[in-house]
Amino acid sequence: MQDAKDLKEYREHIKSALSNDFQRQALDKFAKAYPVGRANAFKGHDVKALINEVARVKDAGIARLDELYDEFKRKAEALGVKVHLAKTAHEANEIIARIAQENGVKKVLKSKSMTAEETHLNDHLEKYGLEVTETDLGEWIIQLRKEGPTHMVMPAIHLSRHQVADLFSAVTGAAQEVDIDKLVKVARRELRAKYVEADMGISGANFAVAETGSIGIITNEGNARLVTTLPRVHVALVGLEKLTTTLDDALKIIRVLPKNATGQNITSYVTWITGANECATCPDQKKVMHVVFLDNGRSSMAKHESYKEVLRCVRCGACANVCPVYRLVGGHEYGDVYIGAIGLILTYFFHSKEKAKALVQNCVNCQACKEICASGIDLPRIIKEVYNDILNEEGHPAESKVLGLVLKNRALFHGLLRTAKLAQKPLKAEQGYLRHLPLIFSKEHNFRALPAIADKPFRDRWNEIKHRVSPANPRYKVALFSGCVQDFVYPEQLEAVVDILEGKGVQLDFPMAQTCCGLPVRMMGEFNAAKDVAELNVNAFDQSKYDYVLTLCASCGGYLKEMYPRVLTEGGKIPVKAQQFADKVISLSEFMAKVLKLDPAEYQGQGKVTFHSPCHLARGMNVKEEPHEAIRASGHEFVPMEEEHVCCGFGGTYSMKFPQVSKELLDKKIANIEATGAEVIVTECPGCTMQIRGGLHNKGSKVQVMHTSELLAKARKKK
Amino acid sequence: MQLNEMTDLFRQKAELVSAKVSEVASLKEAYEYTVDLCEKKEACQLLVSGCEENLSPKAEALCETKPTARIIAAPGMRKNNFSEFKKLADERGIMLIESGLRKHLGGIDIGFTIADYAVAETGSVVLDSSSEDLRLATMVSEIHVAVVRKSTLRATTNALEAELKALMVKDGKAPSYLAFVTGASRTADIERVLALGVHGPLELHVLLWEDKK
Repeated sequence: MQDAKDLKEYREHIKSALSNDFQRQALDKFAKAYPVGRANAFKGHDVKALINEVARVKDAGIARLDELYDEFKRKAEALGVKVHLAKTAHEANEIIARIAQENGVKKVLKSKSMTAEETHLNDHLEKYGLEVTETDLGEWIIQLRKEGPTHMVMPAIHLSRHQVADLFSAVTGAAQEVDIDKLVKVARRELRAKYVEADMGISGANFAVAETGSIGIITNEGNARLVTTLPRVHVALVGLEKLTTTLDDALKIIRVLPKNATGQNITSYVTWITGANECATCPDQKKVMHVVFLDNGRSSMAKHESYKEVLRCVRCGACANVCPVYRLVGGHEYGDVYIGAIGLILTYFFHSKEKAKALVQNCVNCQACKEICASGIDLPRIIKEVYNDILNEEGHPAESKVLGLVLKNRALFHGLLRTAKLAQKPLKAEQGYLRHLPLIFSKEHNFRALPAIADKPFRDRWNEIKHRVSPANPRYKVALFSGCVQDFVYPEQLEAVVDILEGKGVQLDFPMAQTCCGLPVRMMGEFNAAKDVAELNVNAFDQSKYDYVLTLCASCGGYLKEMYPRVLTEGGKIPVKAQQFADKVISLSEFMAKVLKLDPAEYQGQGKVTFHSPCHLARGMNVKEEPHEAIRASGHEFVPMEEEHVCCGFGGTYSMKFPQVSKELLDKKIANIEATGAEVIVTECPGCTMQIRGGLHNKGSKVQVMHTSELLAKARKKK
Repeated sequence: MQLNEMTDLFRQKAELVSAKVSEVASLKEAYEYTVDLCEKKEACQLLVSGCEENLSPKAEALCETKPTARIIAAPGMRKNNFSEFKKLADERGIMLIESGLRKHLGGIDIGFTIADYAVAETGSVVLDSSSEDLRLATMVSEIHVAVVRKSTLRATTNALEAELKALMVKDGKAPSYLAFVTGASRTADIERVLALGVHGPLELHVLLWEDKK
């Protein structure tokens, strides 16, 4: 449960979560095992196509929830089921409590339901004097411990077998061995006794199929079958978004959900209940069956242009499985009831702004969740939109407002950077690092050295070098988008491009009116400023003149390519120029590998090189193999590192807000780099360069950090 | 997909989730397989299903309600099939029952079913479980033996959509309870370690029966 009152308190929670060694190890192990199991389950399938199908059928349902509800109700009620619609969580709980009272229920059994967690149903029923027992093993364990789930699929993943043995010893009043198989059997018998006595079973549902009036439940333990069979009364609590038009739609989702959740082809049990079924101990031998649909904001989300996508979620939990932050801090700090990226979003909608406002900032924007999502939800984008909404309600903080204002005025922004360069002089150490961090950084930022602003930004050097990339009859006309970090901190990464492209028939331009891409202000929830900045940039580039807009900054690139059309959308329409601009954006390694074609004969590099894959290159721009090709073509030996695609922890302003998390991510990255034995680590984003170089420097490591451009420039044979 | 390919795929996928797949030439062979299996296993409460663990008094009491004889439940069978099966069971001193499963919630040894369909790509058996006894037999047993007629084997769930819908809807007049069963009851809720038999069967045996030659 998330109860941090503000960012400061939330950071304290994070700190204590980071010192939970068992949880860290368990989640680490899982984070490594999960992608392997998932890939195995999807082997031979076109994963993207399957996910797109899920998105399509979910969207079709979301667009007509009202009709599907009516149809479901009609079909199910014709077969003896009573169907209810609860506007709020409280209303749903009340309906269920009333059903219990009307049927003289004393003991309630539950199979797993995230929706019941959402409404805090157990607490509510207990107030009415009902005894409620969870039957899903993980849910039972956390219920006995009086805590919330830390994962949607594996609610007790944060606990060790020792903790479970202690718990079961206390519950049974008899000493239990620390043996998982035996502990599971204890649960089997203890819970079997509960099944025998229960009057009412409460289940969730993964599907409510409108065309047949059936609910569908997927479980591995089979507890839902007993919960829906043995007690006299069955109540299913179902989120409205679980409605699907047809059985076929539900089957399409089942093709993805278990594979994505646990790497299983299918769960052990898939149960379809249509109507009030046979029940030997019930009046008329028929089960008393109720289906309670929960709205709790869902029908208004369904009508919201940006947020309707959230309702596609099938609760597979994959967004937590791949989240580098979840992996460090666990579910109690990475959500409230719902966990993972989707939890950051749903907490705001289903619980409260208070619970969400610190939480929602804890996204490093690495896009891993978006790539893995079973229904293709653009989670990182929506997290930022929720944050923007919260700021709009609560007021924007002065610092981000100021940054927004500054970025909207390019001359002012660049002027300030030049001033900052002068101001840092007394602080600047050798090798281009700041010896002491400016006062705006707390000591928690000391885990990495931060670079100084370059003496001369790229824009001031451009005039002297541009003749080298101005051939008479160019094959390609390319505009360079620098981004502010490369322009002002790492101009040498941009200059290296001139070395690579010289003599290759490429005309390179550097439009001077360009400025910061705007990602930092978008990350800070300053959406208006982000839009103004995007406009400045689109107008700075004369689209018709260029074949490509080349960028060496993956963060800029991913943002320009994916987000500009959306950021600039006006009245539901994407401006043509914005789309054209976005379509022309290309990364350096893709340009080199696919457009110019790499020629190993041109290069003479030597030694071992590894690669860190920037989040926004791999997932924002979908460039994964090309950097490896570039390294190999340059003559170097490419040695892949473990977890190459996991975030280095920079995340722009994220590393300022959550330095402890950023540090842990960086430590892992550095350990993985060092394990390769490479002399050079190449990456393709100035943000990653800053983070990794700073971390290696602080550790006194000899490993060099280079941009792909610098590696190629250095390895290129001199004419 | 050819039948033999489907059979191979089914076997492969079912075995991946720890199901035991065998071939039988006739239903009689399936009964024999089942009584053999039942005879070889420890009677229900002795198998690692919890009763030997330290339990609370209430759960302990449930363990004691179980009769001493081994029990197989085979609900929903045709009369003559059931009698044939019963004869075999009787010979081995095994109790074969077809109903009244609520009296055996402490557990039975084997639940025996004939599947309506099976799906190769997932290794699943599809069971119309509208009968409460059938539902219970397949849940309170320690072993579930399911016979799959090869003529009912399909490549994918989607290829079965019409049949599934027919089983679910039953002309819109009767309720239904339909199950896809794939492997044994399983959990990984403690330290992500796989453990079988958390609520339902500890083992699933599938007997592929060549019903059409």
